[in-house]
This record gives sequence, structure tokens and C-alpha cells, in this order.
Amino acid sequence: MPDSPPVLSLRGMTKRFGSVLAADHIDLELARGEVLALLGENGAGKTTLMNMLFGQYTADAGSVHVWHEDGTEIILPPGQPQAAIEARIGMVHQHFTLAENLSVIDNILLGTERLLHLNRNRRAARAKLEALMIHSGLDAPLDRKVRELSVGERQRVEILKALYRDVRILVLDEPTAVLTPQEADMLFASVRSMVEQGLSVIFISHKLREVLAFSDRIAVLRHGKKTGEMATNDADTASIIRMMIGEEHDMPERTPGTPRDSVLKLDGVSIHPTRETRGLRDLHLDLRAGEIVGIAGVSGNGQSALARVLSGLLAPDAGAIEVGGERIAALTPRAALSHGIGRIPEDRHHDGIIDALSVAENLVIERLGDADVQRAGFLRRASMAKNAEELSAAYDVRGPGIHARSALLSGGNIQKLILARVLETQPNVILANQPTRGLDFRAAAEVSRRLISARDKGAGVILISEDLDEVLSLADRVLVMHAGELTETESRDRASIGQLMAGHAA
Amino acid sequence: MIEIVPREQPSRRLTTGVPLLAAIGSLLLAAIPLAFAGAPIFAAYGQMFTGVFGSLFSFTEMLTRATPLIFTGLAAAVAFRAKLWNIGGEGQLYLGAMAAVWVGTGMIDGPPILLVPIVLLAGAVAGGLGMLGPALLKTRFGADEVVTSLLLNFIILIFVQMMLEGPLKDPMSLGWPQSEPIVDEAVLPQLIAKMRLHAGFLLAIGTAIIAHVIMAMTVWGLRIRAVGENAAAARHAGMPVTRIFLSVAFASGALAGIAGVSEVAGLRGYLTTDLSPGFGYTGIVVAMLAGLSPLGVVAAALFIASVFVGTDSMSRAMGVSSFLADLTVSMSLICVLLGGFFARFRIRRVRTEDAA
Amino acid sequence: MMDLIHIFLTDSFWAASLRIATPLIFGVLGALLCERSGVLNLGIEGIFVVGAMMGWLVAYGTGSLWLGVIAAALSGALFGLFHAMLTVPLGLSQHVSGLGITMFATALMSFSYRTIFPQVATPPRIEPFRALDIPVLSDLPFLGPVLFQQTALTWLALLLVGLVWYLMDRTALGVAIKAVGDNPDAVNAQGLSVMRLRIGAVVAGSALMALGGAFLTMSAFDAFFFGMVNGRGWICIALVIFASWQPGKALLGALLFGMFDALQVRLQTMAGAIVPGQVFLMVPYVLSIIALIIAARKADYPRALLKPWFKGQR
Repeated sequence: MPDSPPVLSLRGMTKRFGSVLAADHIDLELARGEVLALLGENGAGKTTLMNMLFGQYTADAGSVHVWHEDGTEIILPPGQPQAAIEARIGMVHQHFTLAENLSVIDNILLGTERLLHLNRNRRAARAKLEALMIHSGLDAPLDRKVRELSVGERQRVEILKALYRDVRILVLDEPTAVLTPQEADMLFASVRSMVEQGLSVIFISHKLREVLAFSDRIAVLRHGKKTGEMATNDADTASIIRMMIGEEHDMPERTPGTPRDSVLKLDGVSIHPTRETRGLRDLHLDLRAGEIVGIAGVSGNGQSALARVLSGLLAPDAGAIEVGGERIAALTPRAALSHGIGRIPEDRHHDGIIDALSVAENLVIERLGDADVQRAGFLRRASMAKNAEELSAAYDVRGPGIHARSALLSGGNIQKLILARVLETQPNVILANQPTRGLDFRAAAEVSRRLISARDKGAGVILISEDLDEVLSLADRVLVMHAGELTETESRDRASIGQLMAGHAA
Repeated sequence: MIEIVPREQPSRRLTTGVPLLAAIGSLLLAAIPLAFAGAPIFAAYGQMFTGVFGSLFSFTEMLTRATPLIFTGLAAAVAFRAKLWNIGGEGQLYLGAMAAVWVGTGMIDGPPILLVPIVLLAGAVAGGLGMLGPALLKTRFGADEVVTSLLLNFIILIFVQMMLEGPLKDPMSLGWPQSEPIVDEAVLPQLIAKMRLHAGFLLAIGTAIIAHVIMAMTVWGLRIRAVGENAAAARHAGMPVTRIFLSVAFASGALAGIAGVSEVAGLRGYLTTDLSPGFGYTGIVVAMLAGLSPLGVVAAALFIASVFVGTDSMSRAMGVSSFLADLTVSMSLICVLLGGFFARFRIRRVRTEDAA
Repeated sequence: MMDLIHIFLTDSFWAASLRIATPLIFGVLGALLCERSGVLNLGIEGIFVVGAMMGWLVAYGTGSLWLGVIAAALSGALFGLFHAMLTVPLGLSQHVSGLGITMFATALMSFSYRTIFPQVATPPRIEPFRALDIPVLSDLPFLGPVLFQQTALTWLALLLVGLVWYLMDRTALGVAIKAVGDNPDAVNAQGLSVMRLRIGAVVAGSALMALGGAFLTMSAFDAFFFGMVNGRGWICIALVIFASWQPGKALLGALLFGMFDALQVRLQTMAGAIVPGQVFLMVPYVLSIIALIIAARKADYPRALLKPWFKGQR
């Protein structure tokens, strides 16, 4: 519907965090009754852009224009969340902002009722909501507690919450990330019907199938810039992927590994799906020494459950893990370490380091029993310092020194610290979960180089990454994770891997 | 609009200066209740000072008063380091004292070289078990250790009362609820003739040094710090988090238990229900003032003991209620809490742009 | 055994249960309000002392019991505000701040008492609240003495159970308080102030706690003693978990508690010869711990309890 009048225009939106240009002169137009899909990888600038729209961040440059129904134009003052609410722009966050101990209707009406009224008459509100549920086709049990609802129901509550406030523009942030396909289809049907009644929608996603099926127009962000924009009718998977992940650029030629004996086997590892995770379905994997197995996929498809199983933090419901010739039902962190599984965790601040401990201490926390770390229970400070000096030099960990608290290191240096800790023990198996997320190019390249050299020295590496480029440039074998299942693919073609990531058989 | 912004790098000068500022601040704030009580303020401060530093006797009295505070302060500091909220120091102190009396009033005979360590050990074990209970209730049932350790204080005190009127009662005490005296071989010796200062003080200093060594120089200490700072990462690194938590609970209770032994075997000679005027609770203030550092605990305990002893002396001379000491101590806790905030955060004024 | 049944049949037993429960009802309701908003208030023990002292002092000074009650509530609110300022906008440790408030309040009250009343042989007394003598109702058999010969403060406590229930369940304000204790982001996203809701809840809750203290000096006894609160505040903190943060169950918990305590006193007179009296004195504290253990496993803590919240941070 390109002929419809505009309702929203973002012009030249720019935001810089330190040395990173998170949003670089992004222009975006939204017409009345239009669904605009905003595509991009993690860190492409989608969230930054939306945070500027909603006044959570103050833009360094650029302006937000909104048109009322009567055609009058207003410019939203920057940095004021209330302004976006008053302009009737609503957002459904990927992480729901619901109070779980309250009923659905309490959540929806929160903030719309006068706080100090002694009695409340909800008849009108209830009538309005019931009408809204019929119109939109989104229905939710109004008197149930949110904590009893499924994820899909919660999402409907979030949308109803926005609709109840008569929003004209609705932003949906990865709305299907946590939904089953059926729930997603229902959601799209409902939103479609609202759009026909005049709602305008910005739809953030990286699931191509949905984007193609559901949107009117597509805009793609990459590294903080808008790299493309097209009508959905003119788009196909290949063209979108090219815009999302860029042209084939001068990646170093991949040197294939020389796989040898098996070092780790997953044999039917399963985890029942729960509300938090997708679960794992009968995973089989044979990792051999001297190879990198890349696991690609959209996040939230079970990668973190798999990583937790291999780290020893989560016991599978069924299946076994075979490592070093031993069959184990469930690993513990201790057992993982003693079987030579080195782990680079996804959330380095939460699981990887202990902020308040020094660099030298963090380098040995996984092997406090070793003779070069302690003697009769006493820390061998001198030996630890020597170890830290050597590793800092070898892995280029920069910071205020080996005795400084690790909290003072930058993200890239923290990752190098973890890498140093893991690789110095020469593990047979390395689990690298999103190892370059949030790192700048040089730090990321360094991490990749280290993983390859560990492989060449005989380690088996499992690389879990959302970044398909990274998987393709490092992995000797590629597996795709979708809905808790692993599928191996011979293909190195982005489009066909993208199809698998979206849940289609290649 | 005011915005609270974390400092990128907590100011080192502020972090180390805060306890000192808090101590001075609370002393200055004490002027308000002093004025309220109608006392001449400068004279009162002067009296407090001479009440501590005026004579060898008053100074050793201060050290005597600091002795149990060092132990209970260490108990709190060690526990809080592991994010274990041991508020039961008072009860554990009495458990320790009770064990000392039980073992040390004739149950075992022996030379001091044997009996003193046995009595100390008995007290430590009793105190340690006293905190292991709440810690187990926490790890097994999820029962908040703050509440359970607090409530145990009351239970234990009543239990002590019961024992003093029953099995532990001194038949010679003419109906007064007190225990038999500790046998001479189990008494912690006096350090200076005619002064009440006893070997418990040296033991406290030694314990603080040992605690410092453990926290800073051993694997166990590293693990305690790791579990307290980031239990998730500690678990990921393969540390036995629950076991470390329980071991800290036992150690913390044991330290408080030794405070009780030291009071009974070093100062009073027998057990009564007014053995401790809240040393267990004051230990929390000591630990916070010390920034949870074992060596800092010694300094903080000396400060707080000075407040108590100085105020006592001033109180006798000028008729101001000695509750002023409790007031000053509680204000120092609030001051150090506030000070910690300013060391970690800056408050920034942000101008909200007017709507265009 | 017959004696035991006899105890349960006497009206004085049930009247005592309700009387003993009264300060706990105030305290649990207060703790409930604070914790529902996401703030643990360990200042409760000290705020009880504040209520006991200030209520009694103002009643003593003015001769008006109700002025005393108002003064107790207001001074409790003031200490609550102190705790709220430290823990809500500044986000300081709720544990340490609460213990600090308890120590500070207790010390301040003791100091003030001693300063106003230097050592005297007999503590000054007031004429406490008397049992409401309601014509006809008070003369009913059994129910009369149990319910209608209580003092006005007991009735106030029962009334407050209803009021707090109505607030939390039937008003938008109550819903917002529950929401801010579960997910402050949800409240903030709807343009409500997390700070104001939390500060308000802590202040109001602390006023209720202080009323529990006031009951001690103005209804249960007629004077202020050191150490008279004796852990009642801490018991309330355990009871509120047992009550799953619900006013109705809070009443039930407090009553059960009062019952056991009343029973304990009566058993003591019966069995005093066999069992030392102290065993009975321990009962309330042991019961609290048992209640906590029973409730802890399935306790549905307000999800945001103990977690400071700052605007613009995740």
C-alpha cells in the first residue's frame, strides 16, 4: 500500500556508543495500514533504532515524525518515552513486560485506571476488551493469572495491552521467536485483520519465511546502516539474504581440518520442551578430533539447552553423552572439565568470569586443584602471576594488569581471557557458544584464529553461532538447529541453509 | 531530573575512605542526641576520649570490649563475603559459651595446654553447628537464613536460661541462674596484672590474621569469594557451590562461638544470660564498617569498642544515657551504607529537554 | 487429655489467642504491603519499638490514647520512609538497611526513653485501652468474651485485614503495588512510577507495623519496657511467607500463632512441674521456623523482592 498516507517517518536517525556507530543515518517510512518488516542480524541496529523511537535513547541526530489521522504532523521530542505513548505508538517487546502474579485484565488495565479511586467499574473496560478480542481475533482468558498462560497467550495479552490503548502504530519485536508455528500463524492472521482496520505495523524478525508471507515492505539493516529496502512482492529469499549478510567478502580461505578419532558423541540426547526452552529432540552428533562442527540456527531453537548439557549445567531427560570412551547420562561442570571439555559460555559476564576476582585468579578458577595453582590449599601466587603474565602475552589480553579486577577489562579482552583459560589446558573438546558475539572485528578474527589453531592441534570444536558467515568460514561440517532438532547439511549455500534455519527441508 | 549513574571504576580513595568517613560522621552525629540530652557537647566528647585513652586501665577495658566484637565481626564478614546472611551471631555466641561451660567446668581434667584448646574447640563446634542448621534449611528447603538465624537467637537464649536453671546451674549460686565457674586450667590468662584484658584478645587478633590469610591466600578463600560474587560462574567453573556455602556457614558460626568461649573463659569465668549485650548484632556493624575485610574488622571493632567504653565513661560522669553508644553504632552502619553508595555511584543532574 | 479439651472450651483461651494475635496481625499486614511492592523491611523489629514507645509517650503526654495511636503510626511511617529512601531510589541492600533501621530505631527509642525518664523506680504508666463493652453483644455466651470484650486496637487490626484485602484485590492502586513487586518494568512501561509506588507501600506498611508496637504498650500492657517487642517483628517476617502474602491467610497465620501461644501458657501451668517452663517460651520462635520451612518450598516470593530497580537499565 505505497499510496497510503505516511503515519511515521524516521529521518537520519544516528546513535553512537563510544566508538561504535550503532545507527548511522537510518531513514524509515511507514504508511498507514502497512506492515514493514525490519530485518537484520543481532547487533545490526534494530533495537537501537526502536529505542530511539520510543525515547529510551536520545538520538545523536535525526528526528521522528508522526502524522495524526487528520494529517497534522508532529515531531516527537527526543528522549521522552511518554511522547511515544501519547502519539499512540505501542511496542511488544521480545521479553514481555507483564506482571505474572496478576490476572490478564489487571495487566491490560494497569496504568489506565485512576490509582486512588476506591471502587473501580470495569464493566466498560471489559466490554471494550471483549469487543477488541472479537475484532482482532486475539483472545485471552481475562481472569486467569498471567503465570498460568502459555507463551503464545502471553504474547496476545501484550498485543491486547497495546490495542486497548488505541495504538495506531505497533512495533512487534521478534514476535514469533518464542511461538510454535501454529501460534505464529494465528498471530499473523490477527495482526492482518487489525492492519486492514488501519493499524500500521513494524515487524522485527529474522525469519525469512514469515517476512515474505506477512509483510508489505522489507527494510534491511546491517552494521547500523540501512542496506536495502524493497516491496515484499519483489523480494525473494536470496535477495534478502544478500542484503542481510552482505556480499561474499574477502574471508580468508577456509583451511579444512583433518578429522581423526571420535572425541564426543551425543546419543539421542533429549530434553522435554518446557516453557523456557524449546527442548531438545533426540540429538545425535559425532564430533571428531581435528574438526570444527558449526551449529547454525536462529537463536532460541535449543542451542542454549545443548550448550548447557555439554557444559554440565543441565541433565538430559533421555540419551547419553559419550566422551573419552566413557558413556555418561549427565555431565556436571566438574565432569565436563575432567573429561577435557573446554567451554566458552554464551554469556561471558554471567557464566564466564567472576568480576571481582583478578585476571590471574580468573585464569585458574577451573583448575584450582592443580599443583601449579596451589600447594596444600594455599594459592601459589607467584606461579599464578607467571601463568597470567604468559597467557596475557600469548593471548593478547590487555587491561590494567593481571592483578586488576576482571570487571575492568573490555568485552573483547574478557573473551580472550576465557579463551586463554580454556585453550591452555589443551582440551579434547571445545564448546564455543557465540564466541564472537559483541566483539569488534579484530577481536572476533583473533578468536576465530585461535579456534582453528586449536582444531589443528587436535581438538574437536563445536561452534554454536547465529552468524552464518562465521559458521561457514570456520566449520568443517555444518549442522542446523531448528525447533530443538539438529540437521546436518552438505550444502554451503547460504540460501539453502537459510531454508533449513527457517524450518524448511532443503 | 536526577539520574543515578554507576561509576565506571569505583573510586579507590572513596572505597577505602568511606569507613573512616562513616565512623567520623557517626561520632559527629552523636552531637545531636547529646544536645537533646542537654549535655555540654565538647566536654562530653572530651570525657569520651579520656574514657578510652585516659589511663592504661580504660585502654585495656576498650581492648577487652573489642575482643568479642572482633570474633563476631569476623563471623559476619566471612559469611557476608559468600552472600550468606548470618544474623544469628548472638545465638552462636551463646552456644559457644554454653559448650565452654559444659566442657570446662570439670567434665574433663587436664593441664591448660590441653584444656584451653579443647574448650575453644567445643565452643567453635557448637557455634558452627548453630549456623550450619539455618544454612542447611536454606539449601534443603529454601528457608530464608536471615529469618531462621534471627529466630534461633531467641530460641538459644531461652535454652541457655533453661540450662542455667537446670543441668548447668551452679548449686552454690543461691538460686541465681548462673553456671559453675570454669576450672582454672581452662581459663584464658590475664595479659597484664590487675587488668581484665585476657588472652582472648591475642587470640582474636591471631584469628583475624588467619582469616585474612585464608580469604586472600588459599583456594578455599578464593572459592568463598567466587561463590559470593557470582555463584553462576562459580558453578560453571566446576566449584561445589553448596558445599562451599555450608563450609562458610560452619566457619562463621564457629567464629561467633569462639566469641562466647572467650567471654566466658577469659572475662566472666561463668555463664549468665547477660553474657552478651548484643555482641552478635554489633558484629554485623563491625563487618560492614570493615568492608568485610578481616583485618579491617580489627580496626572497626576497636572503633566500636571505643565508642562503647568512651560513652560508658561519659555517661557515668554526665548522666547521659549510655544508649548513646548503641545510637552512634547504628548510625555508623547507616553512614557506611550510604558512603558505599557514593563510592559506587554518581548522582547526576540531567536536564530534560522541553517538548518542542 | 480432658484438661486439653477443657482449655479449648474456655472462652478465655480464645480471647487470649485473639489478643496475642493482634500485634502480629498489624505486623504481618505491614510486612505484606512492603514485600508485595518488592521491598523487604527488616526494620520491622525496630519499627515495633518505635510504635510502642511513641504511642505510649504521646498518650502519656496528652492523655489521649488515640493521639498516641496516630503518633505511633506517623513515627513508624517516618522510619519506613527512611528505609524506603535508602532502598528504593538509592537501591542499597535491603538486608543491611533494614537491620540498620532496626538498630537505629531501637537505640533511638531506648536513648529517648532514658533521657526523658531518667532512672525511676517504677516506670510511668498510662490508662490503656479497655475492652469495648458493647451492650448485648459482650454479654453473649462464649462469643461475647472472645470477640466483643477485646480492645479497640484488636478491632482496628481486624478491620485493617479487610481494608488491606480490599486495597490489594479490588483497587487499581493495589494491583499496581502487586505489579511493581513482580515486574517493575511492566509498571514503568505503563507510565506509572516505580519509585512512588514502592516508597508509598513501604511507608504505609511501616505505619501498620508501628501500630503493632503501639498495641503492646497501650493495650496489652500499660508502660514501655526495654526488650518488650522480643522478636515479634521477626516472627511477622516469617509469618508473611507462611501467609503467601495474602491478607486473609495473614490473619489466619497470626491467629494460629496466637492460639499456640495461648495454649503454651496454659500448658505451662498444667505441665510446669514436668517440663521446664522455657520449653514453652520457645514455642513461638520454633513455630515460626517450622512455618517457614513448610512454606518455603512452595513460597511464591514476589519476583522482584530484594531487587533494586533503576530507570533505563535492564
